[in-house]
Order: sequence, then C-alpha cells, then structure tokens
Amino acid sequence: MTDHLASLAEAAPRLAQGLSVTVQLTIFGALLAFAIAVVLGLMAGSSSLWLRGPARVVIEFFRGTSLVVQLFFYFFVLPQLGVDLHPMVCGVLGLGLNYGAYGAEVVRGSINSVPAGQWEATIALSLSPAQRIRRVIFPQAWALMIPSLTNLLVHLMKGTAIVSAITLADFTFHLDQLRRVTSTMFSYAAVGLIGYFVLALVLTGIMAMLETHAKHKLGQGRSLRAILSPAPTVAAPGGGAA
Amino acid sequence: MTPLPAALDWDWESAFESLPSLLSAFLQVTLLVTVLSTALAAVLGLVIAMTLRLAPRPVAGVVRWIAHFIRMTPIVVQLLFAYYAFLELEPLTIGVLVFGIHYSTYMSEVYRAGIDSVPAGQWEATTALSMSTRRTWTAVIIPQALRATVPALGNYAVSMFKDTPFLLVIGVVEMVNAGLIYGGNNFRYIEPITLVGVIFLLASYPTSLLISRLEKRLAYRT
Repeated sequence: MTDHLASLAEAAPRLAQGLSVTVQLTIFGALLAFAIAVVLGLMAGSSSLWLRGPARVVIEFFRGTSLVVQLFFYFFVLPQLGVDLHPMVCGVLGLGLNYGAYGAEVVRGSINSVPAGQWEATIALSLSPAQRIRRVIFPQAWALMIPSLTNLLVHLMKGTAIVSAITLADFTFHLDQLRRVTSTMFSYAAVGLIGYFVLALVLTGIMAMLETHAKHKLGQGRSLRAILSPAPTVAAPGGGAA
Repeated sequence: MTPLPAALDWDWESAFESLPSLLSAFLQVTLLVTVLSTALAAVLGLVIAMTLRLAPRPVAGVVRWIAHFIRMTPIVVQLLFAYYAFLELEPLTIGVLVFGIHYSTYMSEVYRAGIDSVPAGQWEATTALSMSTRRTWTAVIIPQALRATVPALGNYAVSMFKDTPFLLVIGVVEMVNAGLIYGGNNFRYIEPITLVGVIFLLASYPTSLLISRLEKRLAYRT
C-alpha cells in the first residue's frame, strides 16, 4: 500500500494534467452543448415549420448516431475529407453537438412548461419577440431546465472518458499508466472511480447553486449569498424575502 | 494549399466491402450486448428498487449510495476496472455485466417512481384482503408499477444501445471497432464510419418513435 501511495505521488503531476484535460473537455463541451441546446431548443419549439423542421432533423441526427461514432467521424473521417482538427477540438465538438441535441429537448420542454399566461402577458405588454424570450420566458424556463441539464452535464463528463481513443491523454489515460505500476484496484477503483465521482459531485454542486440563484431571481427561495453567508440569517417576520 | 483530397468521393465499393463485417458485428455483439444487458438491468433494477423499499434502513442506505456511485462514474472506467480485475472472463461477458449493472442503477429509479405511482388505496386494499407481502408485490403492486415504467425502460435500452461502442476500450469488436479495423486495414474510414452512424440511426430512431407512441397510449388509459 505504501508502494502504491509512493507511485501515486510520483504519478500525481501527470494525473493532474489528465484531470485538467477531462475538466477542459467537460467545460468547453458543456458550453458548446448549452449554446446549441438553446438555439435548437428555441427553433424546435417555434411555430414556424421552417425553423422547427431543420431543428428536428439536426436533433434526431445527433441523438441517433451515438457519441462515439461522431467522435471518430471528426477524428478519422474529416482528415480524409481535408479537414484536420486537433483531437481536443474533435472532443469538444463531439461532446457539444451530441449533448447539445439532447439538451435541445430539455430547453424546448422547459419553454413549453412556462404557463401560457406569461406569453399572453408579454404580448399584452407589446414586448418584441426577442424581449419576450429574454426578459420573461427564458428566465422562468431556465429555472425549470436546470435539474435535467445537471443530469446531462454528468453524462457529458462521463462521456469524456472515451477520448483516449482519439489520442487525448485525459484522466482515464493516465489511470492506465498508474495501473501498470500499482494495481487495478488502486488505480481504476480507488483513484479513478472516486476521482470521477468527486468531479461529478462538484459539477452537481455548482448546478445546485445555479438553480438556487435562478429560483431566487424569480422570487422563490433565499438568495445564494444568504445561504452561503457564514452569519446565521434571521428569518424575517412574516416570511418576506430577506 | 492542399489539393482537394481524392477521398472526398464516396466509394461504393468500400462501402459494400465493409458492410458485411459491420453487420455481423452489429448482430453478434452490439445487439447481443444490448439485449442481454437490458434483461440483466431490468431484473437487477427491480431488485435494487425493492431492496431500497423493503430492506432495513442501513442496508437500503448502503445500496442507495452504491447505486449513486455507479451512476455518477464513467462506464468506460468501470469497463476497464472490471476487465483488469477479472482477466479470466471474456471481454464480452465483462461488457454484458458492466452495462447491465450500470444501467440497473438507472432503471431502479424508474421502478421506484413506478412503485410510488401505485395509488395508496391499492396498498390498503391488499392489507384489507390480508394478502401476504409476496402476493401484495407479485399480484398487485408490480403489475401496476411495471405498466408505467415500460416506456422509460425502453428509452434506457436505446441509450444503452448507443453506448455499446464504449466496449471498444476493452477490445470488444462491436460495430464501431469493426469499422475502425476496416478503416485501418484499407485506409478508408469514410465509408465504414458513416455506415456505422447510419445503422445506429436506422435502428435507434424508429425504436424511439415506437417508445414515444407506446408512452402516449399507456398515458391515455391510466
């Protein structure tokens, strides 16, 4: 066991590098996925067939053809078509497009769940279509979609573990290096699975904070600052917002 | 400036040449793993859901945490771990077991929701009829709980199907790996990888449509 810990200490810088690749893929992949999800989700929820049709085709295509196939397409096929992408770009593109398509369904569903009265109110106030979405509908839909987006984010993070197949030295890649000098149990289970689990906990924690913030802005629940502040907050009499 | 690559044109010959190995990998590995792992996950998921409900609190707590842990960690790392930990087992067997166990933790949540959706009156009725615990579950609760869970289980089977390419990390020649092998031997990746994508789409999209139709039909009647 002490041998293993010594090997771990020796491998720590490389593991940290690998973890940084995994985290970068997760963050950039998630940002791209979110941008795509919002665009496709708004299009798929639109009443115009010219927006809805193409969005549906793109969503079903990227959901239906499997993440790994898409990654290999960017990595092996695009170079043969004259497009050479850095493996990191392949990874971010693959994760972003695939999970963006899943996220689009979440965005569309959440926008649909905003009560019809809210839409009617925006029309009564003669807000422009962009203002309706940006100022009224999206903030409410955003609070609704966070739990499902959290699930997708964890899926995306777990999906990054395949990228060593496209030559990226991520966390999983360095776990195999560690396994050669320690044991399967130590490298894959103790370091690997627990490492990814902690990463997942951090991601879900951040998303929980985003949800609290989004709900507070809608007048539901306490603000993030009130919850995180070290001083105990005294509940306002009558239950008003603190 | 690189000239327009010759490979830009789609070569039907390579497409037809690679197709048999892709289809045989699809039938013998991809589909086989999906079916066996779905069956395993469906049974194990129900066992987990019932353990969470019936077992003493500390046991249920431990099971809940293990399930949570499996759900929150990559299946790729789980496959690699199981592969090196049980070198005496066939990689395909490892694949079926890991996929089955991984997805059982998702399916247990579906069952839990299904069991929770059975009206309280049904439980009261079984008590009033003094049914045994066994009869209560097998004759009253599970049949009603299952009805609500079929579409969700189907959706997980489809996602498992699309996750099967992860098996290539332990050397299983499923469809994507078969495509890569063809590509490596002939230095043409366009046709096999595109075909693999097309086969995935052709298999998963109609299945998803069927499941969502089933979902609507079951929803109307209940």
